[in-house]
Amino acid sequence: MSELNKLTLHEARNGLKNKDFSAVDLTKSYIQACEKYKKLNAFITETHEIALKQARESDKVLSGKGRPGLLEGIPIGIKDLFCTKGTLTTAASKMLGNFIPPYESTVTANLFARGAVMIGKTSMDEFAMGSANITSHYGNVINPWKRSGDNKDLVPGGSSGGSASAVSAFMCAGALGSDTGGSIRQPCAFTGIVGMKPTYGRCSRWGMVAYASSLDQAGVMARSVQDSAIMLESIAGFDEKDSTSANIPVPHWEKEIKTDVKGLRIGIPREYNVKSLPEDIKALWEKGTMWLKDAGAEIVEISLPNTEYALPTYYIIAPAEASSNLARYDGVRYGHRTTNDIASIDDMYEKTRAEGFGAEVKTRIMMGTYVLSHGYYDAYYKKAQKVRRLIAEDFRKVFEKVDAILTPTTPIAPFPIGERTDDPVSMYINDLLVVPASLAGLPAMSVPAGLNSEGLPLGLQIIGNAFDEQTVFNIGSAIEEAADFKATPEGF
Amino acid sequence: MSQIDEKTLTKIAKLARIRMTASELSDSAVQLSRIFDWIEQLQKVDTEGVEEMSGVGNRVMRMRTDEVTSGDEREAVLANAPQKAFDCFVVPKVIE
Repeated sequence: MSELNKLTLHEARNGLKNKDFSAVDLTKSYIQACEKYKKLNAFITETHEIALKQARESDKVLSGKGRPGLLEGIPIGIKDLFCTKGTLTTAASKMLGNFIPPYESTVTANLFARGAVMIGKTSMDEFAMGSANITSHYGNVINPWKRSGDNKDLVPGGSSGGSASAVSAFMCAGALGSDTGGSIRQPCAFTGIVGMKPTYGRCSRWGMVAYASSLDQAGVMARSVQDSAIMLESIAGFDEKDSTSANIPVPHWEKEIKTDVKGLRIGIPREYNVKSLPEDIKALWEKGTMWLKDAGAEIVEISLPNTEYALPTYYIIAPAEASSNLARYDGVRYGHRTTNDIASIDDMYEKTRAEGFGAEVKTRIMMGTYVLSHGYYDAYYKKAQKVRRLIAEDFRKVFEKVDAILTPTTPIAPFPIGERTDDPVSMYINDLLVVPASLAGLPAMSVPAGLNSEGLPLGLQIIGNAFDEQTVFNIGSAIEEAADFKATPEGF
Repeated sequence: MSQIDEKTLTKIAKLARIRMTASELSDSAVQLSRIFDWIEQLQKVDTEGVEEMSGVGNRVMRMRTDEVTSGDEREAVLANAPQKAFDCFVVPKVIE
């Protein structure tokens, strides 16, 4: 059977249910795609043997020996920062290059309990620090999309770049990602797929390699809005083991999706119309606004006055939390340990960490240590925490007047590997429009909505109120319907 | 302007327990100074009387009952240890 890997997740699920093909057939089709597109370097570890074993189990369940789960027999890519029991989990760092978790993350445990098949562990920026997937210890991930008439390799975005490339190139039906400052939405926009970051607290962080704990949130990446709802429903839920997990029931998002947006109030924040926004992205944003207006939504111009401060705020808070979280990598209990001569335990720590961390991770640990150090704590860290409050308050006030917010996902289209690396700030700008929702902990989605003049995908972002993922799914699916985005990367 | 000199960075690298060569330190000084020049714009924001925000959602930590929930996992705990002996992690000598 050919091209089963081109089905959307829900089409594949129907096919399995109707016995048009087996879970093993479906899995083999994805394994073939993985073999064929190895050059994209989307996976750190391929788990094809495990996948086939899980698929055989699913086939038994699907043949009537048990109740099929939401994702029964569906091959999924897993970002390599979710601990998977017995399978290498590196966070794309040399520091964890030999780490075999003795336990399963809650999110992947939920996924497997719903019958999902693990096709492999996807690459990412090292410790999720990056927005172009060029900081992985395992090499750059390549975007399957190319500019028309130009063969240069483009970045897939980051930090969940491996997951994004894998879904976009049909190497899995969907993938798990994680979002600290846009790491799901931004790569999804760059690769023409749907990405959903739920409200902070929806998904357990237990067993997820930590970057910045007050921001880290697991989420999903897929080829349709409906697929993303199925996946999120499969991984979300309260977990005793995460103190910030929200103890509220998980709705049936997929079943409840309505594309009818009549009467919904959609906020258009003027501050997101930044000076550097290219014309084609601006035009797409206007088009998206018109689609919703034509479908009966009420368009409301809104202001989120502290938007411009979100990115610098993020670059204090995230590194501060990272410097504390990554203090655990000491070469004692797990992970890399220096084999050079050592004179003392401090010498061992310092050499281990110098060897184990890559350049971007070191920079962020240094930034974080600096803003938390004596004499700078108030000026930087406390200040950023106060500005974060102002940013969250901006959203809170706006959500008294609107049901959701529509913006572009990124201020740029995917760019060639190697560009924007001279100045760290020019790389950070990729996340300009996705960081504010992360700071406020709000659910947000990127949905592919069109191509730019170079034939590259562009995404629109929908930001919802806390725990109102349903409205985000609904608007996302209305835009999906209006945009009728059918483009796929050439040659895949 | 927030010029971060190499002396400050040497101290920060020590606090972060990352060994850095002289050239790494000077590269890092240039890079961090650039980033902090950009971050400096936050000082413009009036945050008088604003409460710091350390996280989203539950402000009060949930308590759990004080009971043992797992144990006897010695093998799993030590499985990834770079160096171990007698069921313990091995580190360089820390007391004279």
